[in-house]
Order: sequence, then structure tokens, then C-alpha cells
Amino acid sequence: MIQLRDIYKSFGGTPVIKGATLDVKEGETLAVIGRSGSGKSVLMKHMIGLLKPDSGYVLVDGVDINKLAYHELQKLRRNFGVLFQGGALFDSMNSFDNVAFPLRSFSKKSEADIKRDVLECLDMVELPDVGPKFPPELSGGMQKRVALARAIAMRPRYIMYDEPTSGLDPETSNVIDQMIKSLAVRLNVTSVVVTHDMHSVLTTADRVAFINEGRIWWVGSIPDLHECADDTLINFVRANEYQIGAGGASGNRPHQSVVPRQTN
Amino acid sequence: MTVTLPRILDPFVSLGRFALLLARAFRSVAELGRYSKNIFEQMVRIGIESIPIVALAALFSGAVTTVQTAHQLVSPFIPVSIIGAVVVPSVILELGAVVTGFLLAGRVGARIAAELGTMRVTEQIDALEAMGLNSVGYLIVPRVVAGVIMFPVLYIVACVVAIAGGIFVGHYTGEVPAGEFIAGAREFFRPFDAVFGLIKSLVFGFVITAISCYKGYYTRGGAEGVGRATTEAAVTSCVYILLADLILASTLL
Ligand SMILES: Nc1ncnc2c1ncn2[C@@H]1O[C@H](COP(=O)(O)OP(=O)(O)OP(=O)(O)O)[C@@H](O)[C@H]1O
Ligand SMILES: [Mg+2]
Repeated sequence: MIQLRDIYKSFGGTPVIKGATLDVKEGETLAVIGRSGSGKSVLMKHMIGLLKPDSGYVLVDGVDINKLAYHELQKLRRNFGVLFQGGALFDSMNSFDNVAFPLRSFSKKSEADIKRDVLECLDMVELPDVGPKFPPELSGGMQKRVALARAIAMRPRYIMYDEPTSGLDPETSNVIDQMIKSLAVRLNVTSVVVTHDMHSVLTTADRVAFINEGRIWWVGSIPDLHECADDTLINFVRANEYQIGAGGASGNRPHQSVVPRQTN
Repeated sequence: MTVTLPRILDPFVSLGRFALLLARAFRSVAELGRYSKNIFEQMVRIGIESIPIVALAALFSGAVTTVQTAHQLVSPFIPVSIIGAVVVPSVILELGAVVTGFLLAGRVGARIAAELGTMRVTEQIDALEAMGLNSVGYLIVPRVVAGVIMFPVLYIVACVVAIAGGIFVGHYTGEVPAGEFIAGAREFFRPFDAVFGLIKSLVFGFVITAISCYKGYYTRGGAEGVGRATTEAAVTSCVYILLADLILASTLL
């Protein structure tokens, strides 16, 4: 369980987060939505202590992570898998070594076991053959999937996805969404999906938090979202639906309804 | 920190951040064993791969110093061996370390800042931290340690090559026979000069790698930011080399 309590954060005098309180419940998938630049990534980085709030606190499993000694924070972070917005693959290593990196750093597994784990992770993201390729040789979508393989390599309890589907074609987006869903079930993880793709939200999330003007403007379940009467949120969702209708970059998912849900 | 400090305090803020980063690096030295592979890799990239360019610069500066010294000093009343006695100490005391330093501020400093800067703006540093790795221990400590170890080595290479270049040019231009050059150098050689030069190169190694790591680690603002960090790393390193040179000379000599 992750709890944000009254978080304030500004950069160089410009406030970005102005009092955010939010819970991520054990086992759920929470989507964090909001306009570009609204502070979604900033909020996510607070959850793993990559950014420290100016005031307010962050509790993970009841522990204030900003009061931890650095080595304790490091230990706690090993429970997290993070998919960064641009993938953040290490470009000095090939895909295989990227996925193997956390395993080699932290597990005492033999190289043979690591190899098996890495191939399994790459299989999960449906890229079994990219091991020898370096990140610059991969397309943006493939980079994201390799980064996802790296994020799940250590079997984390929490997975944070920063814009997992942005810049991807609809089909790949569907694959990623299904992956988020099935990981949530198979690995029993708690997930935070930062996105402005409503399709993704409706497919993956149990609950939704909408950031606006530096605050958590609205939180609720997907059914609540359909009932919601808040104008700002409705406008945000409509703008997205309009994109979907108009075949906009991130929205158009013609195959959405025919893609079978994974049931394992 | 919600207060915005006046811009005039910027240098002090930078200095504070630099000091904090160094403190973190020193604390991470305990984990050195974990990152020994990185140290070795950096020693090759910072040290071994710099040998050709350092040798080239040293060769020419040794040769030029010899020719110019000959031009200034030679008269029928001064023995030509004085050329060796002038050239060798100036190479050992100043040229060897400073030429190496300036060259490596560009070659090593800029590269470190570009690497770390790119890792910062593409969130690779965040990714390291998010995995529970110590990014300072993993990225900065190996580079600084490799710099501190390899700069003295490069300094020795520079001195040897510069002196050899001096002897060679002096001999073949007929200004000073090799034997005389060496005899002059030997007569006035003070072992402390060499120790001092080694200390200098070690300090320069630290200054360049530490400043460049700092500039790279705190890069902001995309590709443009990386460009800025790279230039700043090279320029700032050069300025601080000069400053360190002066401080060392006035305290140790
Ligand atoms: N390290 C930083 N230093 C300074 N400003 C920052 C930093 N990180 C984020 N910001 C600023 O905070 C604001 C919110 O950024 P953030 O990356 O969280 O937006 P976002 O909601 O994730 O947007 P997007 O959907 O485009 O990714 C932006 O104005 C950004 O410029
Ligand atoms: Mg973002």
C-alpha cells in the first residue's frame, strides 16, 4: 500500500504539486490521469523516493520513505519495478544485459538461471529474439517492452508504468494493456499506471485518480468515472474520446473489442 | 525548499551541491568492491585510451620547449647542457601535468559529462536508483577513482615522451647533443620535482573527473542540456586546474 499525504513540490519556485493526497491500495491497479505537464511523472517519482516532497509525506507499507536511511530506501525500492516514460534502457548494454542487470546486481542466481529468467521476461513482452540488440537498434515500442521486461525481472510487488502506451500503435498498445492486466493478476502486483490514454485506463485500471492544477482533483472507480459529473474531468475524458473517434494518435484502437482478454 | 534564492547565491548553491555529491561519493567508497568491474573499465577508457593523444601532445611540447630554450639561452658563455637543465624540470614540474590536464579536461571531462548527462535526461540514472542501486557509487566513484589512479600514469608517460622529444629535437637540430642534454638534466634533477608533479597530476585527475561527473549528473533539459553540461565540464575543469596548480605551487614549493 502506498499513501501520499498532502504532498507539495515545486521546481525553481514553480509549484507543480500543490497538496496531493492519494492511496494506492494493495493489489489494485490505479490509473493516474491528467494533462501533459500536470505533474503525473513527478507524482510517480515521489512514490519511490526519486523526488522528495517539499512538504507532506509518502508511506509505503506504512513506512515514511523519506525518513529511511539510504540503504533502507534502496532495499525498499527493490520491491518496485518501474517503466519509465522513455524506457530508460541502459544504452551501453544490449537488451539481454539490460533485463539481466537487476538480476545480476541483486540476486545470487547462477548465470544459467539468470539467462532462463531473462528469456522468460522477454517472452512475456513478446520479444523473444531481441536479446543481442542494443536499445538504439530497437523501435520506441520495442524499447518500452524491453524496459517492461527489465521492470518485472525481479518479480516486484509494485509496478509503476509511466505512459506505457504513448507513442505506440494501437495493436502494440493493446498488447501492453493486456500485459499490465495479466501481470496484475499473475504476479499479484499493485500497479500505478500513469497515462493520458483513456483506452488504457478503461482496460487496465480498477480506480482512477485525475490530477489537475497540482491537486488530486478526482478519485474513483471506473463505474464512478462513468457517473462522474465534474466538468473538468468530463472535458478531459471527452477530449480523449474525441481523439478516439477522430482516429487520434493515442486513442484509436479499432481492435480493442475483438482482442480476447487473457484469462490466466 | 520552496524559497527561491537570489541568483547571486547560485555559485554557493552549486558549491553546496558539489560538496554534497562528493560526500555521497565518499560514503559510497565502502561499496567499491561491488563496482570494481566499472573501475577497471573506466581505467581503460580514461587512462589507456588517452595515451596516444597525451603522448602526441607531450612529444611536441617537449620538442618546442627545447628549441625555444636553446633559442633563448645559447651563447658562447653558457654550456649547452643548461638546456637539459632547464627543459627537464619545467616538463616535470609544470608542462607534463598541465598539458595532460588540459588535454584530458577536453577528452575525458567532456566525455564523462556527455555520458552522465545523457543518462540523466533519458532517466537512466533514475532507473538505476529505482532498482535500488546507488547511482553515485555505480557511476561517479569508478570514474573519479580511475581518474586519480590513471592521471599520474599519464603524467609519467607525458614526461618521458616530452623529455625524449626534447632530446631528439635538440640532438638532430644540432642545438645540444643528447649526452650534454642528459648530463645537464641530471646535474639539476631534484627528486621532489617529480613527487610534486605526481601530486599535481593526481589532484588534476580528481578535479577533472569530479567536476565533470557533477556537471553530467545534474544535467537538465534534454539534448541541449547535455551540450551545455559537456562544454561547462571542459571549461570549468580547465579553470580549476589552473587554480589548483597555483594553490599547489604556493603551498608545496
Ligand atoms: N526535475 C525537474 N526539474 C524541474 N522541473 C521539473 C522536473 N521534473 C518535472 N518538472 C516540471 O514539472 C512539471 C510536471 O512535469 P511531469 O513530467 O510530471 O508532467 P507529466 O504530467 O508527466 O506530463 P507528460 O504527460 O507530458 O509526461 C512540468 O512543468 C515540468 O517542467
Ligand atoms: Mg510524464
